[in-house]
Amino acid sequence: MSEPGSTQREREMIVEIEDLSRHFVVRRSVGRLRREKRVVRAVDGISFTVGKGECVGYIGANGAGKSTTIKMLTGILVPTSGRVRVCGLEPVRQRRELARRIGVVFGQRSQLWWDLPLAESFRLLAAIHRLPAERAAARLERCVELLDIGPFLDTPVRQLSLGQRMRGEVTAALLHSPELLLLDEPTVGLDIVSKEALRAFLSAERAETGTTILLTTHDLPDIERLSDRVVVVDGGRVVHTGTLSGLAAEAGVDRVLTVELTAPAEPLGDVPGTRLLSVEAGGLRQHLALTGSAAAAVAAVSARTELRDLTIAEPDIEDVVARLYRRAAATRSSTVD
Amino acid sequence: MADTRVYAALLRAGMAGQATYRASFAVELVGTAMGMGLDFVEIFAVFHQVPSIAGLSFVEVVLVFAIASTGFATADLLVGQSDAVIRHVRDGTFDVVLLRPLSVLGQLAAADVQLRRLGRVSVSLLLLVVVLVRLDLDWTPARAAMAVLAPIAATLVFGALFVAAGGIAFWVVDATEVTSALTYGSAYLAQWPTGVLTPVLARFFTFVIPAAFTGYLPALALLGKPDPTGLPDWLPWASPLAAVATAVAAGLVWRSGVRHYVGAGG
Repeated sequence: MSEPGSTQREREMIVEIEDLSRHFVVRRSVGRLRREKRVVRAVDGISFTVGKGECVGYIGANGAGKSTTIKMLTGILVPTSGRVRVCGLEPVRQRRELARRIGVVFGQRSQLWWDLPLAESFRLLAAIHRLPAERAAARLERCVELLDIGPFLDTPVRQLSLGQRMRGEVTAALLHSPELLLLDEPTVGLDIVSKEALRAFLSAERAETGTTILLTTHDLPDIERLSDRVVVVDGGRVVHTGTLSGLAAEAGVDRVLTVELTAPAEPLGDVPGTRLLSVEAGGLRQHLALTGSAAAAVAAVSARTELRDLTIAEPDIEDVVARLYRRAAATRSSTVD
Repeated sequence: MADTRVYAALLRAGMAGQATYRASFAVELVGTAMGMGLDFVEIFAVFHQVPSIAGLSFVEVVLVFAIASTGFATADLLVGQSDAVIRHVRDGTFDVVLLRPLSVLGQLAAADVQLRRLGRVSVSLLLLVVVLVRLDLDWTPARAAMAVLAPIAATLVFGALFVAAGGIAFWVVDATEVTSALTYGSAYLAQWPTGVLTPVLARFFTFVIPAAFTGYLPALALLGKPDPTGLPDWLPWASPLAAVATAVAAGLVWRSGVRHYVGAGG
């Protein structure tokens, strides 16, 4: 859990969540007359912050509490307990003020006008956000160019493909230059090319405008491509926060350095910043788990023996997250017992 | 008020959707006007049998009908779809409404304005003007003001009933049957003089469901006639105030409905 503490705290916070919980009461008929009440803790004491300009990946399995959190951040849902502030505002009480300052994309639901041409939706949103005409035009022009939405601007939204519509949704969310962009499963259902185009756009947009982004996704490449930091939730609780590589270390999964040598060598058991995993072909090929910098390890190995080739295998993130989930589940069940 | 232009834009967007189906639009426009014609035939039929109702002549009852009908039609045009919140909640589009920096009710009203209801609004208004001319009233400044305020107050009361019905719909998902009885039932009742009811029922439809304030009581103020069930003579003049109070109460019901949604998460 290595937060780069001091720099984080000095930075202006866009999202502040403290001990946030949201419980739902689910009623269910038992027999003919009795009704059973059950409390579902969708979010159960979550704390994290997102600093200005950061891009944080908020990840977790289905039902982990991601969408519930996003709803509380946007003022659509009242927290059961805890504290939320977004752009310094209280989401539910200051919903309308907040709506001017954030942009939201829900992968599953549209904020565009179904029967109207895409361009008309943008005109309406510009009016809703009271954007001066020239500013709206400039923003739109940029999105049209980078997201390549020009060809279907005059098509009614209901006739767009999912990929085209998502590009429209992202443009709609960014039209008023929000301080915070909340993306809830933005790439769900998209083909690989559309996904990649969207990721490229978002990372360019961020580089250009410094927009803060909070992104929930199942799609780990989204996270790898876009975010500086991840918050992993499971069962309504945070099970990990930190960098993506820190995530790997946390889960006990390392990057693996495989060296191919020109001549068989003794097992490389004592290279600093590594741990020897296995030796093949009588010492010609050796696998080392990296615990430190790859460059330092490679330098140390080549100082000792001649390298013919090398590869570095990044840990499979899906695997890492799955491990974290399993571990969190194990701790949960052990505390229950 | 700076939002007026925004709502106007939303209204145009909603209308553009409706105009797509131009042929059916024209049919429905005529249809709503004809529906009103049928209500009117009912008054003819009754007066074929009796010379007066609750002390009011045929033309005087038509005045009650015209005020209430103008109010109902206008309210129906503007916020008649507010119980469609349930559709928005089910589709998940209600979350999108909450994500915009505008009032929830304003957005729903602007998006769902049913232009075909203009048919009934214009015919009702025409009828109101004709009947006011025919009645040869004893015009005073107060009566002139009431003639203008009465249809506005009626719009406010019916609008309030629609909005309250929408607010209730957040709490009780399948309440449409009940809330329709409240809105359309009151509208039907309001076209007739409340004075024909027993005093207890008349008071129920004055003070609990304020249907009497939408046609009957303002008509009494214009005609200068007393209420046969014994309501005080000043009460008809308080119709605009009663309408404002009803609207405020409905606003609270609506707000609590939205709060409930936000509290329960749909």
